[in-house]
Amino acid sequence: MITDIENDVEPFVAGNWNETIDVRDFVMKNITPYDGDADFLCPPTEDTDLLFDICKTAVKEELANDGVRAIDASTISRINSHAAGYISEPHEKIVGLQTDQLLKRAIKPFGGPRVVEKACNEHGVALDPKVKEVFNYVKSHNDGVFAAYNDEIRKFRSLGFLTGLPDNYARGRIIGDYRRLALYGVDRLIEQKIIDLAGINGPYDDYKIRLREEVNDQIIALKEIIALGETYGLDLKRPAKNAQEAVQWVYMAYLAAVKEQDGAAMSLGNVSSFLDIYIERDLKAGIITESEAQELIDQLVMKLRMVRHLRMEAYNEIFAGDPTWVTEAIGGMTLEGQHKVTKTSFRFLQTLYNLGPSPEPNLTVLWSPKLPEGFKKFCAKVSVDTSSIQYENDDLMRATRCADDYGIACCVSYQEIGKHIQFFGARCNLAKALLLAINGGKCENTGTIVVENLPALDDGVLDFEDVMINFKYAMKEVARVYVDAMNIIHYMHDRYYYERAQMAFIDTDPRVNVAYGIAGLSIVADSLSAIKHAKVTPIRNEDGLAVDFKIEGEFPCYGNDDNRVDFIARDITSIFNQQLAEYPTYKNAEPTMSILTITSNVSYGKKTGATPDGREKGVAFAPGANPMHGRDTHGAIASLNSVAKLNYEDAQDGISNTLTMIPKTLGNDEKTRVNNLTAIMDGYFSRGAHHLNVNVLDRELLFEAMEHPEKYPQLTIRVSGYAVNFVRLTRDQQLEVISRSFFDQV
Amino acid sequence: MTSTQIIHGIDTLNIHSIESFGIYDGPGIRMVVFLQGCTFSCLYCGNPDTMKCDQGKTYPIDNLFEEATHMKSYFTNGGGITFSGGEPCLQAKRLIPLMKRLKEEGFHICLDTNGNVFNHYVEEMLQYVDLVLLDVKHIDSAQHQYITGRPNEKTLAFAKYLEDHHRPFWLRYVLVPGLTDAPADLHHLGQHFCDYQQIEKLEIQPYHTLGVHKWEILGLDYQLKDTPKNSPEQIEVARDIFESYFKEVVVN
Repeated sequence: MITDIENDVEPFVAGNWNETIDVRDFVMKNITPYDGDADFLCPPTEDTDLLFDICKTAVKEELANDGVRAIDASTISRINSHAAGYISEPHEKIVGLQTDQLLKRAIKPFGGPRVVEKACNEHGVALDPKVKEVFNYVKSHNDGVFAAYNDEIRKFRSLGFLTGLPDNYARGRIIGDYRRLALYGVDRLIEQKIIDLAGINGPYDDYKIRLREEVNDQIIALKEIIALGETYGLDLKRPAKNAQEAVQWVYMAYLAAVKEQDGAAMSLGNVSSFLDIYIERDLKAGIITESEAQELIDQLVMKLRMVRHLRMEAYNEIFAGDPTWVTEAIGGMTLEGQHKVTKTSFRFLQTLYNLGPSPEPNLTVLWSPKLPEGFKKFCAKVSVDTSSIQYENDDLMRATRCADDYGIACCVSYQEIGKHIQFFGARCNLAKALLLAINGGKCENTGTIVVENLPALDDGVLDFEDVMINFKYAMKEVARVYVDAMNIIHYMHDRYYYERAQMAFIDTDPRVNVAYGIAGLSIVADSLSAIKHAKVTPIRNEDGLAVDFKIEGEFPCYGNDDNRVDFIARDITSIFNQQLAEYPTYKNAEPTMSILTITSNVSYGKKTGATPDGREKGVAFAPGANPMHGRDTHGAIASLNSVAKLNYEDAQDGISNTLTMIPKTLGNDEKTRVNNLTAIMDGYFSRGAHHLNVNVLDRELLFEAMEHPEKYPQLTIRVSGYAVNFVRLTRDQQLEVISRSFFDQV
Repeated sequence: MTSTQIIHGIDTLNIHSIESFGIYDGPGIRMVVFLQGCTFSCLYCGNPDTMKCDQGKTYPIDNLFEEATHMKSYFTNGGGITFSGGEPCLQAKRLIPLMKRLKEEGFHICLDTNGNVFNHYVEEMLQYVDLVLLDVKHIDSAQHQYITGRPNEKTLAFAKYLEDHHRPFWLRYVLVPGLTDAPADLHHLGQHFCDYQQIEKLEIQPYHTLGVHKWEILGLDYQLKDTPKNSPEQIEVARDIFESYFKEVVVN
């Protein structure tokens, strides 16, 4: 069957994409790779400026109003629940808001109605009784999970061994292939889903029954998306005919997702080079100018910046700064060795100038040393100027995961677009697991027995081998309980808060990986290094719990390119990853693990007692896979090299690292800074490292922004795997960011 | 050669510290090895804790070599290893085998020296050095003696040796207000070196006080307490003068 694209311009190169749903094939057949520099880029148009001024004013009001501008507390948000909303309609090339008003937040109570009610109350709004009434008759995800949790999981959760689990909020992380709406239109997508459904035949087991129900829900969602389009006067039944429609259609597909769901992270995917194909064609045909092409991308990005979810305050501890993780992956190479940089890759980065720095969308460059120099230099320049980009190793992911059409879910998580989804799993606290090993299986804070049958250690100096035996056992038990919790959570999420709008843009029955996570890796590595290379004696209270540690002698710290400790970090990662993989998973999801904390490294630290590395009780962990601040004394490259030793094979959900430098450290002038940053990225990723957040800013600027937040509404800083508006962080989090290693050797 | 050699084995160096991300000590990104011990005691030394030869830490050459190997992928932009200090030439004998290995692996090697130590070990070591960063503290020997405790003849002879043996080098000049920035002295220095073909550039190092606290920690008296930092005008004056003698002048 041939998809009939109506247009007045040159037809696209045909291929398998005409026969079946295959966006990758369309991109590969029609992409125009760009090897030049950034000179062609245009400033914002008058309309863009006008619209963004309105947005900036609205954001100011939002900040002044305790972070929320308005709430619609009576309409349960669905694909087609709200009337059309505009910033200023006559000036908008790309339309669509989540509700009928800019920055008005919608309620999505199926994750957990109590959370929504709390969030409303915290902002002085009462949740409509009608909405509460609904949950007298239907169950939410949260209710389902807690109906199934056992005492053990509850204990691990309440004592802080497992935290941030998506059991009372939406799991997110699933990336719809939003390009499909533009390339095929709804009619064609429904047609395919009907065919898929007809292919799911008996005998029916749990799996097939569930799948039939899911596909049917997806078809209903697709029909509602037609109606969503009609609200804005768009005919989404058919494919997009030109560049403006392609951008608009992709955004409508994404908008349906963020109206329906409030997942922690809801990425956009990998749309830039897809959209470039339409833009290139219209440019060639003289239908649009470069300025108009940029305007489309600016206005899309503006809309993405205005996406909001309603969160309660406690959420801020784990995911600070009101993030949405509209992650867009840019660049990368094909399996055949051709780069995928297009002019629209540049245009997306240009939004950081045209609209100013911003944490969202979470622009993620898929880096390969083989990318064209002009693009690499432009990325480095944008990083130096805005600190708003993160980088991930395309060579590594492409080779390890064997696909090239992928996006990044949230911060660091690979996901092949439209073929593959993941089940988000937050993280467990490995530093607390180490303390279990030292305290005979008891929680270091409460004395509660968490892990049975762990022998008490001998008095006196800790023996490395003895500690390791206990630690491995403790980790194994944490892994077992963690897997149980994840299976329950995702079973219930599918049942009560299924992502029908996103799944409608994904192949029927996609591959799934379950994304476990760890926090406190550097604390564990340094603690074990201290036990191994120095003499560490626990100081125990009357209950036998170690409340402090006496450390005699020196020991190498993670972050100095020293194998004696770096290999400990590497090996612990590998061991725990294998332990997680030993248990069966819901939907046979493939187990993967991340080393990523978001901002929860602060709250994890608060819940963790003193550790054998000399860290005091309550002190924040380093974020992600970062070395502990102040201990990486050999400079930035040695620090990067320690992190690069962690094996991606052992942590395929991602290894997050954040590098913060003052501008002077990178060079005296822009050209030198750009060249040095490019060399750092080439060097780091050539060593097999996975991810790098790059910040280039002065510590003084951050202090200034703490005192005068009103002057720095757009100051953006990258933290573990994402970026935040610095002024939206709590004071604790701001201070923690400032306390981190700033490489400032001059 | 020095007391450190007796204390430490031939397979080790006596180092002060390592900075894995240096960009002001040679081209590109540099791994900078700060060696311990110096023949000078400059009034404004930013690293007074590197001066004494009987301090520092013993560091196996094998470890340095391995760390350098890990950093190689960052050196695509002309970067490499820089040996600084302290005065690296004091440990020339033990640097030779390390540099030889590094050279075999294709590393770019810089030597940051005050030029005051010269012997057959230094001469042999220079075979492996791609670029010398020669610190000239003052062109007037008496002033030089006042600043560093030693006269400058050996440093000037070192420069002459580099020129005669076609070894490229950069001059580095610390610009201290009231001490080293008199226009006559700058002209004098320019005239002395203006015919040197091997000088690729001159780097002006503005005076900073980042190391003053180290003097206090060491219980030493910092004599330039009242010396202000350079004004932008002072730096521009110096730059203008040097630009009339050298093909490239850079302010670090």
